[in-house]
Amino acid sequence: MNGDPGAVRRGAAGTGLRVVIAEDGLIVREGVAGMLRRFGHEVVAAVGDADELRAAVGEHRPDIVVTDVRMPPGFSDEGLQAAIDLRAADPDLPVLVLSQYVEQTYAAELLDSGHSAGVGYLLKDRIGEVTEFVDALSAVAAGRTVVDPEVVRQLLGRRRDPLHRLTGREREVLALMAEGRSNAAIARALVVTEAAVAKHIGSLLAKLDLPPDADDHRRVRAVLAYLRG
Amino acid sequence: MAVHNALEALSLRPTVFLRSPWPWRSLAYLLCGALIGWATVVAVVALLIAGTLLSVLVVGFAGFVAVVLSGIVVARLERRRLRLVDVADLPDPHVPVTTPGVRAWVRVRLREEVTWRELGYAALSAGLLCWMDALVIGGVGYTIIALLGAPWFIDDEPLSNTLPLAMLGVPLTVVLAYPITAWAGARAAMARAMLAPRTDERLVEVTRSRARLVDAFEVERRRIERDLHDGAQQRLVALSMQLGLARLELPAGSPAAEPIAAAHELAKQALTELRELIRGVHPQVLTGRGLAAAVGEVASTAPLPVDLDFDLPGRLPPAVEVTAYFVTVEALTNIAKHSGASRAAVAARLVGGRLLLEVRDDGRGGADPSAGSGLVGLADRAAVLDGTVTVSSPPGGPTVLRAEIPVLSGEERS
Repeated sequence: MNGDPGAVRRGAAGTGLRVVIAEDGLIVREGVAGMLRRFGHEVVAAVGDADELRAAVGEHRPDIVVTDVRMPPGFSDEGLQAAIDLRAADPDLPVLVLSQYVEQTYAAELLDSGHSAGVGYLLKDRIGEVTEFVDALSAVAAGRTVVDPEVVRQLLGRRRDPLHRLTGREREVLALMAEGRSNAAIARALVVTEAAVAKHIGSLLAKLDLPPDADDHRRVRAVLAYLRG
Repeated sequence: MAVHNALEALSLRPTVFLRSPWPWRSLAYLLCGALIGWATVVAVVALLIAGTLLSVLVVGFAGFVAVVLSGIVVARLERRRLRLVDVADLPDPHVPVTTPGVRAWVRVRLREEVTWRELGYAALSAGLLCWMDALVIGGVGYTIIALLGAPWFIDDEPLSNTLPLAMLGVPLTVVLAYPITAWAGARAAMARAMLAPRTDERLVEVTRSRARLVDAFEVERRRIERDLHDGAQQRLVALSMQLGLARLELPAGSPAAEPIAAAHELAKQALTELRELIRGVHPQVLTGRGLAAAVGEVASTAPLPVDLDFDLPGRLPPAVEVTAYFVTVEALTNIAKHSGASRAAVAARLVGGRLLLEVRDDGRGGADPSAGSGLVGLADRAAVLDGTVTVSSPPGGPTVLRAEIPVLSGEERS
């Protein structure tokens, strides 16, 4: 989720992803499909419920699945369940789940459902942040973990006792780490050098007794697991 | 002294009593009582015979059902008749039958306890009371006629013997107004005791209708939530996305950039507000994951740390979950607004078929739950489920809110 549209446009040149979209609202479904096509991705299927989603994934073997949590027939969490099932059936399938609300419960269930391919949990509103949304899609497709800033904000609010040992800047870095951003993206967001980011990360991991880990992906999981207590 | 029924009339001064309509009313009451009783005997015997004869056909069964339901007719007549000797109205204890059709009516009536009490009254009335009515009237009538008519009937005695008897009959006739009125009053009291609606029947009905109302509100809230989610929210997401795309398409330095950015920002704010609104109407996670998860979400957005201690065996009935959820939300909102607390705690467990919910804080206390807070409404809502909400908030704190809600399935509740 970095704010650099140029990166995405470059993606449009040839690295388009094959995407399956599941969303029951026609306007949003077609809108997202149109937006992704504009950024050079190929929407191989756009479906309206969880069963169609399962069928479409089986048929098209997409690079990534984008699904709404809430879909027919029960309008409960059919999309989330489908996403979890799909991840269980194919650990290499990246899944980006869009939720109407920030539900820690749903985010936790999704993040705990597998540990291999990329996974993302974003508030549906983020679709409006066009470039950030498309970047997040690419990040998840590339195997990264993307967590909505709102989820992270709530998690940080919950675990304030041990976090007060962090400096303000370290807390900012922690929040961005938890959202799944890379060191380079964090450096861009905070307008500092990558070396400075690495120093902050080392320091905050030590304060929180978390193991230093060069792998962004594993590090995100560790931070999220820590925040969720 | 105001007199309301025959029994009370007996306590009037004799001059007042004897000039009042009460003796005559009592007499009329007993007369029609005897006639109705006999008519009941005839009708029931006829129905039983018809039912037995026709029982080879299935319709015969209807005869037996009619016998069981005959008490309803007898009781209805009795309620009207009772006005002769009792001013106070005797309300109909039957619930109204809303479903059309004879079968539905019969089914509802057969399930009512009062139908069987009325049958008992009909049996007592036909088997005993109407005969006693007849006996009292007959006895009184015989005595009066025998005494007053003595000069005519007894012709082997001299008039000097029979005339005093007839003279004695005049005051005795007046005195006999008392046993007539007494029996009528006693019988009416018996009828009232058997046919009056039991208070709990009315209460149960009132509670049920309130519970139905609360359920209807909840269904309506879910519908509103669905409509907002499917309608306004979808369109706002699409709008925000289109504005986002428009911003990308604008050439750098375009004069439209600023207003479109502002429009985009407004659309996003509208989405955020709508999201909060929808959540306040009915939180999706409550339906999907239950009370602990939904309260967990509220706690994670609260402006102060909230410790959670949920020990529930599984999902609770929806009405209990919704009520407990909104009680918790209201309590946490009040804590954040008024208590000055630095920490809050929510605990919930099941004890003896009741949900015990406790929300406490370490604030300054002195909260007045009646001071226009939403808690009163929530206490009312809990009361519909036979639950209670109590608040203890001594000055200096801590404030503890406790809600107790019986956890019964809808079947058991109704």
